[in-house]
Amino acid sequence: MKFNLKIWRQKNNKDKGGFKDYVLDGVSKDMSFLEMIDILNEQLTEKNEDPVHFDHDCREGICGSCSMYINGRPHGPLREVATCQLHMRSFSDGETIVIEPFRSKGFPVIKDLAVDRGAFDRIIQAGGYISVNTGGTPDANEIPISKTVADEAFNSATCIACGACVAACKNSSAMLFVGAKISQLALLPQGKVERKERAQKMVAQMDAEGFGACTNTGACSIECPKGITFSNIARMNREYLSAEVTSEK
Amino acid sequence: MFYKSSKCNFEAFNLNPINLNKNMSWLADTLTSSIGRKLIMSLTGLFLIVFLVVHLSGNFQLLANDGGESFNAYTKFMTTNPLIATISYGLYFFILLHIIMSIVLYRRNRSARPITYKKYDGSANSSWASRNMGILGTVILIFLVIHLRNFWYEMKFGSLPLDEFGNKDLYLIVSQAFSDVWYVALYVVCMIGLAFHLSHGFASAFASLGVSHNKYTPFIKKFGIAFAIIIPLGFAAIPVIMFINSLG
Ligand code: HEM
Ligand code: FES
Repeated sequence: MKFNLKIWRQKNNKDKGGFKDYVLDGVSKDMSFLEMIDILNEQLTEKNEDPVHFDHDCREGICGSCSMYINGRPHGPLREVATCQLHMRSFSDGETIVIEPFRSKGFPVIKDLAVDRGAFDRIIQAGGYISVNTGGTPDANEIPISKTVADEAFNSATCIACGACVAACKNSSAMLFVGAKISQLALLPQGKVERKERAQKMVAQMDAEGFGACTNTGACSIECPKGITFSNIARMNREYLSAEVTSEK
Repeated sequence: MFYKSSKCNFEAFNLNPINLNKNMSWLADTLTSSIGRKLIMSLTGLFLIVFLVVHLSGNFQLLANDGGESFNAYTKFMTTNPLIATISYGLYFFILLHIIMSIVLYRRNRSARPITYKKYDGSANSSWASRNMGILGTVILIFLVIHLRNFWYEMKFGSLPLDEFGNKDLYLIVSQAFSDVWYVALYVVCMIGLAFHLSHGFASAFASLGVSHNKYTPFIKKFGIAFAIIIPLGFAAIPVIMFINSLG
């Protein structure tokens, strides 16, 4: 297969950056999107040019490192698929593919397609944990929780923090990520103890990082490679607003 | 060893001490947070939705075919009853708040993405109305200004002729306006804007309030779509019918 690639190149955070066109031939339809970029990078290296920088690690859809905004959508055209699991057969021969970094004030570009998603770490540091004593490893069957609620918490917990929700949102809002992280703990008995303070702190940090507010377009959930449901945002609103009204601080 | 590592973790959590109290009061903090602003958007929006129902039921008296008698009596009641007058101040306030907050949110949301995408495929993941609430709101705002100037201002401050019962003859002004095809066309176009604003806004307001439930959310979504069609259709039908009547 042959592709015309339009890739965002930016030397560093200070550089203005711009698009560069590449023509890549001889791509197998069974290559993953990242493997396709690997081929391009090999060719660039041979020509003594700077290879395209991008984030990746597991390449099996579980770490959330890969990002890339492909043809107007984070992680490309498929549903519930991360860029590393996207294959070139999803594109047509001769297609022009525009590849941009995830764009957000909260995700400054490090180089080319690699962005700094440290804002998500700081939001987790603000309250995405349980610090009360919960004892030793309990017998799983001892925790009083229904299957439905456990499944709901699990859905939220499958978030890999890739940032596609932010990239997809027209407001660059991080609410699906924060909603999932608040939900996964708020739903479980161990997490309920600190639920109010957690919601307050994580939302405060989210706002401090400069992310936008939610317009409930639902784009985040559609583009999420893990299919995190939109109801996580409503739950966060509920957790946050009731925490603000009922907490002691 | 264990103690040390857990202590390290504890310190890591405090790398970013969160100042939960930015403002003078917790309430100000809440209402200036991203979620608090959406709460204001949603509550004012829902208030405006209730107002639309009341307004439309009043407007239907324009079709009473009694030369404006019941409509003029109704408008007199609406402008002189003290309870209604108090509520109308609430209405002015809420609509202003809705507009101001939409500007605040718009600016914040714009600044959250300083560099925009070259290629953006929004239709792949969201409805057109949800992506254009600001434009749709602006259509409603333009309509409101014209509408208030022509009818509300005339009723409150203009010198209207009196009808045979001694009430201000707003019916006359309205029926004159609705015999102008351009005015009717403008009215209908703006109601289409309102329909799209509501098609997203109705259900969205509940999500902002934190309502998400397996039993109720599907109903709220369906009801919202029905509401977004029926109410603007009702508003638009009145000038169209009065225009047709004015021809004969
Ligand atoms: C009768 C008139 C109106 C009604 C019934 C109405 C209703 C609503 C409702 C229910 C929402 C959803 C709130 C939420 O998502 O929580 C909304 C959102 C919105 N409205 Fe209105 N609205 C009206 C007029 C206006 C006007 C005049 C403007 C602006 C000039 C406006 C701008 C907006 C914007 C920008 C949003 C989306 C805010 C966001 O989520 O980012 N609306 N409206
Ligand atoms: S590289 Fe790990 S999820 Fe894509």
